Amino acid sequence: MIAGMWIRSTMAYRVSFVMTALGGAVVTGLDFVAILLMFSRVDSLGGYALPEVALLYGLSATSFGIADLAMGSAGRLGSRVRDGTLDTLLVRPAPVLAQVAADRFALRRLGRITQGLVVLGYALVAVDVHWTPAKVLLLPVMVVCGGVIFSAVFVAGASFQFVAQDASEVQAAFTYGGQTLLQYPPTVFGRELVRGVTFMFPLAFVNWVPAAHVLDRPYPLGLPGWAAFTPPLVAVACWVLAGLAWRAGLRSYRSTGS
Amino acid sequence: MGSARLYAAVAAGGFRRYATYRVATAAGVFTNTVFGLILVYTYLALWDERPHLGGYDQAQAVTFVWLGQALYATLAIQGGGFETDLMERIRSGEIAVDLYRPADLQGWWLANDLGRALFQLLGRGVIPFVFGVLFFPTALPGDVGTWLAFLVTLVLAMVVSFGIRYLVALSGFWLMDGTGALQVLMVTGIFCSGMTLPLNAFPGVLGEAVRLLPWAAQLQVPADVLLGEADPLPGLAFQAVWAVVLLGAGRLVQSAATRRVVVQGG
Repeated sequence: MIAGMWIRSTMAYRVSFVMTALGGAVVTGLDFVAILLMFSRVDSLGGYALPEVALLYGLSATSFGIADLAMGSAGRLGSRVRDGTLDTLLVRPAPVLAQVAADRFALRRLGRITQGLVVLGYALVAVDVHWTPAKVLLLPVMVVCGGVIFSAVFVAGASFQFVAQDASEVQAAFTYGGQTLLQYPPTVFGRELVRGVTFMFPLAFVNWVPAAHVLDRPYPLGLPGWAAFTPPLVAVACWVLAGLAWRAGLRSYRSTGS
Repeated sequence: MGSARLYAAVAAGGFRRYATYRVATAAGVFTNTVFGLILVYTYLALWDERPHLGGYDQAQAVTFVWLGQALYATLAIQGGGFETDLMERIRSGEIAVDLYRPADLQGWWLANDLGRALFQLLGRGVIPFVFGVLFFPTALPGDVGTWLAFLVTLVLAMVVSFGIRYLVALSGFWLMDGTGALQVLMVTGIFCSGMTLPLNAFPGVLGEAVRLLPWAAQLQVPADVLLGEADPLPGLAFQAVWAVVLLGAGRLVQSAATRRVVVQGG
């Protein structure tokens, strides 16, 4: 209902909405343009050709777009803690997390999902893959689970902001940084970094690990073959952990009292 | 003399304002380091594939990444400086009060933004850069002259960056809602300054075109001077020309805009 309210308020200025949605798509599309520029000078990056990188990019951007649409507003939590307006949400008879998610719910974030889907579409047409039923099934699973994993990162970041009020940039490092990281093949990055985003912050399960199965590539860190089908489990685990962090954060909240 | 002291005070105010956000500064340092890491690995892969792309070797490409992260907040490459404040004042009408002040509007905000830029350079820029130099092979000059020339390019880069954002902010007099203009600033800032890919690695005509735009004066010119890839004098001249053009344009737009000001309310 709160999300609906914010949608209606944006729709009051339709031209402005169209402009910002298009602008958003351009802003997010630029990092794919950067990849295209790179591939105008080279044929492969970390051993991956353009369609394969586009597949990684499309999966990462679409998943992130879903999480950003659902949970992107959580980035504002720090400022709500600082100015004390979080109190308003606490006294309303609805779950605080749902309210935070719906806070300034911005439909313009659809631009990001659209852009991700366009690149994903290109990748699926251009990529040279021997399709099997398992691979076809894995695609939507990846997108949905990736969305859940990224949402969990958003929620975990928001929980952290209960403690570190104006550290929203740390959250950005994990959300936007994570999305940027996943746009490139795991072979590009140092082993320690790959290990970190596989076991500590399991972002690798958004696309790197399952996409290795689709592309018949060696798995990062020599993970076993069945690891490609674990994203649902990882997503649930992430969501549970993020939920716990959120509860701990909410309990530690002290109003500014102003 | 009196006005010099005024602008110095304004600059000090800009410096202090950002210096108060300590947690935000630390968070920014962290973010720039993370993004620097991601970019460095990508560039290393890119330069592995194509050595001497854009005339840089790997160490130079790596240095370029960390310089970009160090200057990201300093030059407000994606925005995030005084322009949002100024736009808000234009939108709310408080600008009318500013125009009555015994200080020039453009000079005031330039001093304020230089203060902000200096803080961001020291508070947010130095640590990611040092981190990069310590953990990756970088190419830094050994002679004092190059470093001094680099510092001058930095000051001019700050002025050019201000010039661009001042024009964007003044567009608020006509557009009222600045969201779109700020978004354009963001796009051009990331893309045309070389934050995503050094401008000398851009292909063909596109590369030649972006290297002539004022955004090239922000990151590309200081980087080329530091890396010894370009003679300092032509680089400095390029920056100076853009600085003068942008400040002059800002002045013209400002006088056109202030003739439009209608103070609302009683």
